[in-house]
Amino acid sequence: MSGALSAMGPRRARPARRAGPSQAGRRAATSIAVFLLLGELIARAPALFGVEVPVLGVLPAPSGVVAEALRELSDPAYWQSWYLSFLRVAGGFLAALALGVPLGLLLATRRSFRNVVFPVFEVLRPIPPIAWVPAAIIFWPTQELSIVFVIFLGAFYTITFSTYHGARQVDPALVQSARSMGSGQWRVLWRVVLPAAMPGIVTGAAIGMGITWEVVVAAELISGGSGGSGGGLGHFMWDAYLANNHERIVVAMISIGLAGYLSSTLLRRAGRLLAPWQPLK
Amino acid sequence: MVVQQESPAAPAAGAGRMEVAALWHGHLLPGGRRFPVIADCNFALRPGELTVMIGPSGCGKSTLARLLAGYGRPDEGRIRMDGRHVDGPGKDRLMVFQESALFPWLTTRDNAEFGLRERRVLDGPARSRAAALLDRVGLGRFLAKYPAALSGGMQRRLEMVRALVNDPALFILDEPFRGLDAMTRTLMQEHFAGMFEEGRRTALFITSDIDEALLLADRILVMTARPMRVAADLAVDIPRPRTLATLFEDERANGLRKAIMEMLYAEAARSFGARAQSSDLAAAMHGTPRP
Repeated sequence: MSGALSAMGPRRARPARRAGPSQAGRRAATSIAVFLLLGELIARAPALFGVEVPVLGVLPAPSGVVAEALRELSDPAYWQSWYLSFLRVAGGFLAALALGVPLGLLLATRRSFRNVVFPVFEVLRPIPPIAWVPAAIIFWPTQELSIVFVIFLGAFYTITFSTYHGARQVDPALVQSARSMGSGQWRVLWRVVLPAAMPGIVTGAAIGMGITWEVVVAAELISGGSGGSGGGLGHFMWDAYLANNHERIVVAMISIGLAGYLSSTLLRRAGRLLAPWQPLK
Repeated sequence: MVVQQESPAAPAAGAGRMEVAALWHGHLLPGGRRFPVIADCNFALRPGELTVMIGPSGCGKSTLARLLAGYGRPDEGRIRMDGRHVDGPGKDRLMVFQESALFPWLTTRDNAEFGLRERRVLDGPARSRAAALLDRVGLGRFLAKYPAALSGGMQRRLEMVRALVNDPALFILDEPFRGLDAMTRTLMQEHFAGMFEEGRRTALFITSDIDEALLLADRILVMTARPMRVAADLAVDIPRPRTLATLFEDERANGLRKAIMEMLYAEAARSFGARAQSSDLAAAMHGTPRP
């Protein structure tokens, strides 16, 4: 968040740092290689040394996980799980964005609206999204809707709150100068408050995106487990567990991590497009 | 609010007359009491004249500027602009703030064109007028930059342009050069004086710097310490163009400088004394404003 570099052309600062990553990269590669090697040795300990490593011994060998991953990569069902989870996350997240941002802006700028709505918001906010799962299943007509709803809740509070917070911190001088240059109330909201809150919105969206992936896995584990029709990466993992396929469980775990990483990277890219005046971090 | 039209269809050429009469204003304190900031303030700004308001820091100049711009209502008294009651912000009175109020998310060009776009008058000629103004103040090569990439002096110039583009009848500048380094400040003052000479619009320039006041003013209003009112209304008939160097050799300028210094010194001493004597704020509040 340091603004110290903001004065110079942001992209130009890179070359100086280029010397760093190669060394840091080597260290990272070494560390991961050692980690994988240790995992392999622990998994193969009974065959190699005739002793089973306690507790850690049940973990699958990295080589087994890679082999399993290669098998899954050519399996359409695996990709179907990705597709379903991404669809749910995208649906819930976009709904949260579409409702949370306007709500946050109104809460920040309309006092009477805030007085009426904020108490309810604050009462509901501490309830963890996962705790909504049974209620959501009862309330929504389809299982799909209830999963998307729980994902929506995961991102909604964070996005609303950070929009509200960002909009509350708008410099009043900016609002005043817009007013004196002829902007009406709604124009001020659109041309001053929204862009001023944008960095906060992007941050909130990034945190919200992280929560959606926590939620989608849990929601799929709980509601998608029955009948096997739910699908998604969470359900894929649950199936692997039921089949006692340890390698596939790890593949599922890594897949979910990767999915979260990809979506937050996408979001950061979008954030840079939406707030290009912000100095690069 | 009542719109009083005493001078119907005021011609744009002579516009910019502002009258402030019997103005009282205070800040509300917890407990319901009012802390007087402005007490019985009277003055008028005449069309085409650059009035500089000078006073001890913290005396209420910025509060007054905000009232004139329409960001708040006075407790008592009249503020009229070209015969009409001031009732909220208006594009006839544009304010340049002490602190930067540029939109960080807009480029230089978009910042300058903001007012035109909001009033839906952003056409070809308006755009080229804005571009010409930006060029004049040396921002022509920075049209696509965000304010964060501009220096402090450039930001102030952009702010001037952003206000000027809207062609306000009254230009309110609240210590616009505060915080700039001495060199940039001098350049900005001379630049502003030149721009004012060309445009001849009504302006109220607030400062706490005597030399800045002498350099720019047609008229200087010296204000008292809090609660603020006009202590003296001085005409500055020093020929233009002025520079800081010529001001130091000018008899009238030195006379004015001495007179203003003495008044400001007395006011500053009074407000220091008042603060020293009242150990708590409540006691200071009970002090009745001078008649």
